[in-house]
Order: sequence, then structure tokens, then C-alpha cells
Amino acid sequence: MLQIDSRQFAQEHDLYACIQCGKCTGGCPLALKTRLNPRMIIYRLLVAGNGFNLEGRDELWDCTTCSTCYSRCPKQVNPMEAIIALRSAIVEKGRVHPNVKTALESTFRHGNPLTMPREDRAKWVGDLPVKLMSDGAEMLYFVGCSPSYDPRVQQVARAIVRLFQQGGVDFGILAEEESCCGSEVRRLGEAGLFEMIAEENQELFKGYGIARMFTTSPHCFNAFKHDYPGNGLQVQHYTQVLADLVERRQIEFGRKFEKTVTYHDPCYLGKHNGVFDEPRVALRGIPGVKLVEMDRSRQKSLCCEGGGGRMWLEGTNPGTRLAQWRVQEALDTGAEILATACPFCLLTLEEAVKHLNVEDRLRVMDIAEIAAQAL
Amino acid sequence: MTFIPKIGVYICHCGINISATVDVRAVTEFAARLPGVMVARDYTYMCSDPGQALIKNDIQELGLNRVVVASCSPRMHEPTFRAAIAEVGLNPYCFEMANIREQCSWVHPNETATTLKAMQLVSSAVAKAARLEPLQVRQVSVTPAALVIGGGIAGLQAALDIAEAGFSVTLVERSSQLGGMVASLHRTFPSLQPVSELLNPLIERVANHPRIRLLLESEVVDVSGFVGNFQVQVRNRQSEKTLPVGAGAIVVATGFEVFDARRRPELGYGVYPQVITTLDFERLAASGQLGGNGAQPSSVVFIQCVGSRDRNLGNSYCSRTCCMVTARQAKLVREILPQAQVTVFYMDVRAYGKGFEEFYDSVRESGVLYRRGNPSEIIRQGDRLLVRAEDTLLGEAVQVEADLVVLAVGMMPRQEASAIAGLFKLSRSADGFFLEAHPKLRPVDTAIAGVYLAGCCQGPKDIAETVAQARAAAAAAMIPLMRGQVQVEAATAFVDEELCAGCGQCAQVCAFAALALHPVRGVMRVNPVLCQGCGACAVACPSGAINVHHFTFDQFMAQLEALAVDLPAPLALQAAEELTVEA
Repeated sequence: MLQIDSRQFAQEHDLYACIQCGKCTGGCPLALKTRLNPRMIIYRLLVAGNGFNLEGRDELWDCTTCSTCYSRCPKQVNPMEAIIALRSAIVEKGRVHPNVKTALESTFRHGNPLTMPREDRAKWVGDLPVKLMSDGAEMLYFVGCSPSYDPRVQQVARAIVRLFQQGGVDFGILAEEESCCGSEVRRLGEAGLFEMIAEENQELFKGYGIARMFTTSPHCFNAFKHDYPGNGLQVQHYTQVLADLVERRQIEFGRKFEKTVTYHDPCYLGKHNGVFDEPRVALRGIPGVKLVEMDRSRQKSLCCEGGGGRMWLEGTNPGTRLAQWRVQEALDTGAEILATACPFCLLTLEEAVKHLNVEDRLRVMDIAEIAAQAL
Repeated sequence: MTFIPKIGVYICHCGINISATVDVRAVTEFAARLPGVMVARDYTYMCSDPGQALIKNDIQELGLNRVVVASCSPRMHEPTFRAAIAEVGLNPYCFEMANIREQCSWVHPNETATTLKAMQLVSSAVAKAARLEPLQVRQVSVTPAALVIGGGIAGLQAALDIAEAGFSVTLVERSSQLGGMVASLHRTFPSLQPVSELLNPLIERVANHPRIRLLLESEVVDVSGFVGNFQVQVRNRQSEKTLPVGAGAIVVATGFEVFDARRRPELGYGVYPQVITTLDFERLAASGQLGGNGAQPSSVVFIQCVGSRDRNLGNSYCSRTCCMVTARQAKLVREILPQAQVTVFYMDVRAYGKGFEEFYDSVRESGVLYRRGNPSEIIRQGDRLLVRAEDTLLGEAVQVEADLVVLAVGMMPRQEASAIAGLFKLSRSADGFFLEAHPKLRPVDTAIAGVYLAGCCQGPKDIAETVAQARAAAAAAMIPLMRGQVQVEAATAFVDEELCAGCGQCAQVCAFAALALHPVRGVMRVNPVLCQGCGACAVACPSGAINVHHFTFDQFMAQLEALAVDLPAPLALQAAEELTVEA
């Protein structure tokens, strides 16, 4: 039995404030294709009396933690955080999906969920001259797990390095010392492991006297900004740094990128943190780029289905990946490039392009890659 | 000559309300021994005629100069006893009350400690009474005219009522037209009467009234004075000339503004031409453009509560009118476009008014489909729109195609409300609307005597409620106008000019604009007519230069000291032990 004290849970998560309007479910990108119904979960918790059984509630793993539910709620209830907490209750009882278990174990042992050895973490640098934090630098570039190990996303990290070195940003990396930020660990329900990771990372940052940092991934950005308790760190997503460089004309573009580009707002940058303008400022600042918008942009952006640990497990009803709908929406704009600014979005959208067999019509690129091509 | 207090103390049983838990006899005996007390008596009902006669008789027979009654809350009977002692020639401010009912007998069990507490309260009141000073209640004459701010339906109605009663009225309106928000509506609910039929005659009567002066395109830029005699500066925006207006009473009827639907960007207002607000709908309906020309919509969706009941936007309140506005509009669509599917998405339907539920019945029966759930977003689907929601009764996420979506936008406090609030020192409730003096008993008054509220500046209302409140505000405003004189509170603040440094901190905290710097002497002066005796200035004053009559520091200190020292020792000890055991 996976019984939880539902009354206490409802109180802790302010679920009694819910008026059952259904805005969470109406906006949920998964609700149309899986059993996930955030409003119904809240309602069931409320009417369950003192005990709610989580047995068989597999749809809890469908949530991509895109935060649409929270941003729409008129009563400031956060169904997404409630779902994460329910996952924690399941994980606490040891009921973890094998894939998830592997990812969590790998994070614990190797500092990344990708089962990659720690000593390979800085291999992506190759021949690029990158400072280490131990050499002394103004800002930390927190690279993140996918950009460190995934061959496709490594290109994004390399592009960021080239751009920012050209722009005169004084930054360093932690190389093998860098460990996972714990964002996905937390969202997969491993609250204990997340706490440990956060503590270790904060120790590490403190040791180097780090005050300012930027990240490749909106997920790391969000974790440092909101999930780490009172760290006093000034965290930026790299697109914010880039937009600033572009606006101040600190980067000299030597070439033009003459393509029609549409931009996909990553959930953890847009809906979670309200960073809608900076990526667009950066894109518009690249010579030759013609930016067009999809119907679902900014607050209405459609989740790619890569968040909330969904890189490691399928939900109850895989159906058509949301990323495939998203690619179709991008094609409808007539864009040749689907730009994004998140490693997970990059991977899921690219996979969708391959799946739909439209590689000749649409290319998925990170903003950093586009900007670096125009150097 | 030194003042020698001769205090009479009267302990009330209040039937058994007090005597059931307080040993009234013991309290009376205790009171008789307090310094300055000439006589102490107890009686079943002190507020009754024989009870009052007891007090009046003692004043005359024994020459009492101060009176303490220990009974209920002063809110209940202070005026009664003040009037009683005034009848036999004692100044009404020579009276003090000890609340041994609400603050003692009602809330404590029948134990020694309860009686002890009653004794402490009496002892404290006696200590204050010995230091009370007679104060003079003053009367000032009233300017027999009113100022009404706002030319919407509330301001029009209030101005008309006051003028009809024989007083002259100045009506100030910012825009160049009368009628306010109601003028932009097409029909009313639930009667479906055209708005022009009810608004135009009202405007006409106001515009042609011999005792109403209209100041259009004008706004209030300065206010001074007090109830009975306000001096208001009104500036015309065209000529930029300022006109002084005198008024005995002021009705604020500045109305509301409509929620800007772009603040919920996921609904696509301002992006999709097919998404309109209920107000846009009124214009379309009035001009006959609904499905008149071009492609007729075959699916119309109404969305309730846009910008209302939304903590995220800081608008926690219900806008009250949208449910019925939507019902009326949905019914109109059914009539004009009988082939169209009409869907209303709602959270709760609030059909609370007279005839509203019956109207809601008729709307549903006309074929309008009510679906429970509040849409989360609207996206494009070819030439049409897709409304994404959960039908919460089905428990399913749904997508409804639509050619026209109407957002029921709520009411907001006006942007300019803060300027008006600043001028008149009006309080605002958490929702930003002006705050009434009491939600139930003083719904049209403000904390400022002589300033009244009408219409949606105080909170969302429909036309009927607005008119009702406007007429109430007019009636309230006419009380000082008809009386011709106003009494001003005697328990006001006063400044010790020896101590005052003129720093002005008192003026900053004063909610009634009663403090000003004396231009020559460099010290603060209290305008005793504006002052309401709240005491905020006395607390703020860093040099202790401000006192409030009837609540001086001396009087307070004496009260506190009495609480601390005047306990009968054995009784106190015993009670303390009991309390310890209980804890």
C-alpha cells in the first residue's frame, strides 16, 4: 500500500484553496493524451479523508513539470509541486521505475544521470582554451550534464565558449569537479538525494568564492535560482548574458545567418522564470536572422515533453510525442530553423524532426549555435 | 484651588450577564475603598431608568464630580450615561466606563480570578476618572451645498437626489460626457431594457436641474476643510482654470475601470481578432454588427471570471456582474444567430439578485450550453480558434472550436483612485476599492466625516445596486446639510508648544490631515475640527509633545499603575495559584 496522509498533504500544499476550475487540466499539455488530470488529483486528495492510496497512479509520472498548471491557476495553487511531492512519497517507498533507478544511482555515483564516468566530464572542451575556476574567473560557466556528455549538446557548450570569449566575458568552468545540479533528481521525487547534491554543490561554489554564474540549461538555471536554499548566487541563463552582449554590441558578427527562424520557449526558461524576451533579443541581434513566431509562443509555448525526468521514462500512454506536434507547428510558420535554448528541447525536437522525416525542411538549433555560426 | 475628585462608582449586574461570574457585591465593596471614591453602588440594570436615576441623584445629593460605570462596552451605553450626567449639569466627559461584561464576565468562568479582574478594571477606570477633565463639544455651521465627484450613474443619481431635496450640487466629471460606464452598455439584465431608456432621462434631468452645476472635463485637484465646510479646488482640463467650490458634504462616485484582458496573454485578447470582451460585445450589439455582415459565427464561446477571482493578478474578488452580463449576451446571440452553438464556460454561476436565477433559467432554456470549467488557453486552428479547457463535470480535457470568444472581463479600481484617495485621505481595502466605514452598518460612509461613497468606486456592483448606494449616499450626505450645524469631537489632539520641534512626523501619520505647521511659530497645530482623536500623532511624536484630550499620557499611566498595584494581596495570590494549576 502506498498510503499517504492526504489531509496533511493537502494542507501543506494549500490544496484547500482549489476551486476546481480546471484551468490546470485545461492547459496541461498531457491531459489530452494521457490519464493525467491535475485538478482531479487535487480533488481526490481533498475528498479522500485521511488516507490516499497512490497505488496504480502511474499517470503521476506523465507530468513534464512544465508549470502551465501553476501559471494558469487563479488561486496560486501549484499542482506541479504537488505532483512532485506525490512522486517523492512513491520513491520513498522504493517504488522506482528501473530506468529512473539507474539515472538516480548514476547521479549519486558519477555526478550525472547519464551513467558516464566523472573523469570524462570536461572532454567536450577538446582544444578550446577554457579557463578553470581554479585559475580565477569572474563568472562560473555551469555546463551541466547533457552539454558535458551528449555529443549533440556538446556543440552548444562549445558555441557558448566561443561566443563569450569573443564577447570578453571572464568565465571559468569546474571541469571534472562539476556535478549534476539535481534538478531532474528532485523532479523524479528523490528529495533526499537532491538535498545532498545541493549541499555538496554549495560547498564547492563556496570554496571557489563563486558569486555569479550562467548555465547552458534552463533546468540548471531554475534549480540554482529556486530550489537551492538561500544561496545568494546570482544565476543567469546564458541567453540573458548573450542578449546583453548583443545589445551592447560586444560581439562582432562577421557573417550573416540568412534564415527564417522560429523560437521555441523552453518551459524552464519561459513559464518557470519569465525569460521570454532575452532569447528573442539575442536572435534578432544575429545578422540575417528573420524571426517568425509560432501561434503557441511565450506563455502559451507547448512543452517538448523533456522535463520532469521524462528523458528517462515514458508515461502511461506515450502516444504522439508533444515534440512532434511542436515540429509541425514550426513547419506551419514556414521557418527553416527551429531555435531553442535548452538541451532537453534540442534533443526531443531533433528526434521529432527525424521521426517525421522532415530533416530537409527544418533544422533544430540552439540559439548559441546560430550565433556562433555568424561569428 | 486644587481639584478634589468626588467619584461615584456604579457596578451593573446586567441581569445575570455579569453577576453570574463576577461577585458584584465584592467589587462594590472594593471600589468603595479606592482613593477619591465617595460612593459605590451596584444595581441590576444600571442603564435602566431607575439605574440612571441612582447616578443622577447621587450627583445632586453628594456633589459627585466624576462618575464611573462598570458594565458593558462603551460602544453600547457610553452615550446613555454621558447624556444622563449632562442632564444634572455634569460635563459628559467627566464619565468613565469599565467594561466588565465583554472583557470579563462573558469570557471568563465563574472563579475568583474573574472577580479579581473586574476589580482591576474598576480600579483602573477610577484612576482615570480622578484625572478626567471637562471638555467642550463645539458646533460649527454647515455650507448648504454638496459636491459629487463622478458623472456616472451613481454620481448622477446622488446629485439629483440632493438637488431635489433643495440643496445646490456641483457635479464634477473628468470626461466630456455624462453617463460613465453604463453609457457603453447596450441593454440591462434581467429585463433586457435598452440602457439608453433609463440613462438618458436621468442625464437630462441632471443637466437641466436649476440647482445642479455641471463641471465637465474637470477634476478635483485640492481639498481642505472638514465636514460641513469643505473647500475644494476643481480644475478644468481645457481652460486649465481652477474654480473654488465650497461644500458641506462630498459624494465620491468615481467608478471603476475594466480589466485589461491582455494581462492573461494565454487568452489571446489583442492577438486574435475573434477574441473580444463583454464590453466590445456591447458595442457590436448596439451597432447591430453581430453576425450582420460577413461570415456568421457558428460557434460562440463565453468565458467567465476573466480578471476576477484571480489571486495571481491580485484581483481576489468576484466582479458580481459578469455572470448576468454573459447570460444576457449569450441569450442575445441565440436570438440573432439561432444556428450558432453558444457555450458558456463557468466556475460558478452567481445569480443572486432579484429575478436573476429566473433569468439564468430562461437563458439555459433558450439553448445556451453551460459547461463547468474555466478555459486555460486559446490557440489558433486555421481560421478558427480552439478553446482549451477541462469540462470538470466530465473530468476530461476538451477543445472547443470557436469563431467568436467573449471574455467576461471584471471590474478594477480606477488607476486615478490613488490620486483621489490621497486628496481625501480615503482608505482602500486590499482589493484597491475605497473602504467604507463599516461593511454592514456604515456602508456609504468613509472614515472621513462628511465624505460618502457611491457606486463601483467602493466595489463591483450592478446598476440597481449602484443606484441604491447612490441614493443612500445622498441621504447620508444630507444629514449634515439639513441639520445646518455639525458637532465636532472634543477628544482631540493638542500640542505642547514648549516641546514641539515642528518635525512634522505627526502630520505624516495623520489620516485626517488635521496637523499643519504653524507658519510663524514653527510648531505643529491641530485643527480640532478635522481631528478624530485617534492618537496616531501622539505615538509618532518623538518628543512627547502631543497628547489627546480624554486620553492623555497622565490618564493612561494612572490606569496602568492601578492595574499593577491596586490588587488586594491575598486575593491576588490565591488567584495566581489557581491560574498556575490550570496552566
